[in-house]
Amino acid sequence: MNLIPYMIELLQVITLLTVAPALVGWIRMLKCWSQGRMSAGLLQPYRDLFKLFAKDIVLAENASWIFRFTPYLVFGTGILAGGIIPILSIDLPLAPTADVIVIVALFAIARFFTALAGMDIGTAFGGMGSSREMMIASLAEPAILMAIFTVSLTNKSTSLSQIVHVIYSGQSVLRPSLAFAFLAFILIALAETGRIPVDNPATHLELTMIHEAMILEYSGRHLALVEWAGMMKLSLFVMLGIASFAPWGIAARGSFIAIPSALLFMVLKLGIVGVLIVLIETGLAKMRLFRLTEFLGAAFLLATLGMLSYFMLD
Amino acid sequence: MDLNTAAQINSFLAALVLLTAFGMLVQKRIYGLIHLFAWQGLFLAINTAIVGYVADKHHLYISSLLTLSLKVGLLPYILHLLIHRLKIHKEVETVINIPMTMLIGIVLVIFSYHLMAPVTELSTLITRSTLAIALATVMIGLLMMITRRHAVTQIIGFLALENGLFFAATSATYGMPLVVELGVALDVLIAAFIFGIFFFHIHTTFDSLDVEQMVRLREEDVDD
Repeated sequence: MNLIPYMIELLQVITLLTVAPALVGWIRMLKCWSQGRMSAGLLQPYRDLFKLFAKDIVLAENASWIFRFTPYLVFGTGILAGGIIPILSIDLPLAPTADVIVIVALFAIARFFTALAGMDIGTAFGGMGSSREMMIASLAEPAILMAIFTVSLTNKSTSLSQIVHVIYSGQSVLRPSLAFAFLAFILIALAETGRIPVDNPATHLELTMIHEAMILEYSGRHLALVEWAGMMKLSLFVMLGIASFAPWGIAARGSFIAIPSALLFMVLKLGIVGVLIVLIETGLAKMRLFRLTEFLGAAFLLATLGMLSYFMLD
Repeated sequence: MDLNTAAQINSFLAALVLLTAFGMLVQKRIYGLIHLFAWQGLFLAINTAIVGYVADKHHLYISSLLTLSLKVGLLPYILHLLIHRLKIHKEVETVINIPMTMLIGIVLVIFSYHLMAPVTELSTLITRSTLAIALATVMIGLLMMITRRHAVTQIIGFLALENGLFFAATSATYGMPLVVELGVALDVLIAAFIFGIFFFHIHTTFDSLDVEQMVRLREEDVDD
């Protein structure tokens, strides 16, 4: 039995776990600089996680098993998705088990349980955050599926490894459908990862927070896991976008020789994406909650146009 | 530039034209609307020039230049001037809400694709695949005229519709004869001036460009 793909798989998950806080740190650092503040450095998210893991858990008396189970589930789905999305190599043993639709479903499970956990304690903030999160989910999920279907149609597969493979083998063509799908994907990724036009990741202001409201009652290692999973989700969405639209650099074969360059390309791309996210976040203000229907409606429109232009133009 | 690349660029520009049409449908600010209209004109002009180059039809260069000067330069400038002079407030007011309009727009695109599919089969031009997009642009222009309250936005809808027609002519037959196109360009220009005069009249009569106000128009009783 060839063990190398399994080892690459393991390496990839470890890479995801270590890189995710760094990406968040990088974004915060750039944001501090762009606003003329001193930054806490690239390593601050690691320090935060480390501190949270060392702290005790404070549990509400009426917390049920859902509340205690959710951090582990959310963290686990993140790792599982990290094993399926081609980050370093496309030759992954886990990749044939699940396609991109399953990945969307994995994110949906994590979100469902986070929303349940938000309501479990029975505080007002948790319930409010959960209802808002579910509203966004109901609008974002059709749009992301539409965008993914467009990518799958153009590459004739829903498996991410296969999509990367097809992009590698095909000649580069100017495809309007992919451009539309890409625009839609950016809008949805901003919504799904709770970035600025949709949710502000840095606020605890009760009127505006969405994700923070749901996890307000968590503490100690539970909070550390939820936070870490949130950072992983951001990285995973970036890597999902890279794999479906600009995979160049991901190793095409399961051997260790191509891994260093794959790592280098990954870090480079994450760095660039970080800059773009900061540009978007400093250029835009957070939207009113009821304008989100328009924002996500536009994402759905773009994704649908992408699919239509696949039939009409390609 | 070989035919294949030209067809690809052509379809990409078609997609951009459709995107700007949808952008105009969802845009809430009136200046943004005018900018989008200018962008649509620019994409049309580039597309016309490329089709002219590939098909070796030199009169298309002239209509491309006409589009560039009229629809990217002059008409947006006139509209800007009108909005500034009449002090129209900057929000676009719609009859139906915007997500609904978007969905109707998508349905229109599917409808025009379905309608144009047999025609596309018959055509042999490299631009044939953009025919459905052109029809969809016309439809969306119509939708914009129907769903807007204010005269200015309705006019922009009309101009977008004309853009769609022009695009359809380019993709169906490599453009109309030059005489016809010159005539149409002149018509649009004159139409814009007449609209301007009408705006002033509507504005002075009703103190607003909301066409709903026209319901108030009644025939006066003639005193004996």
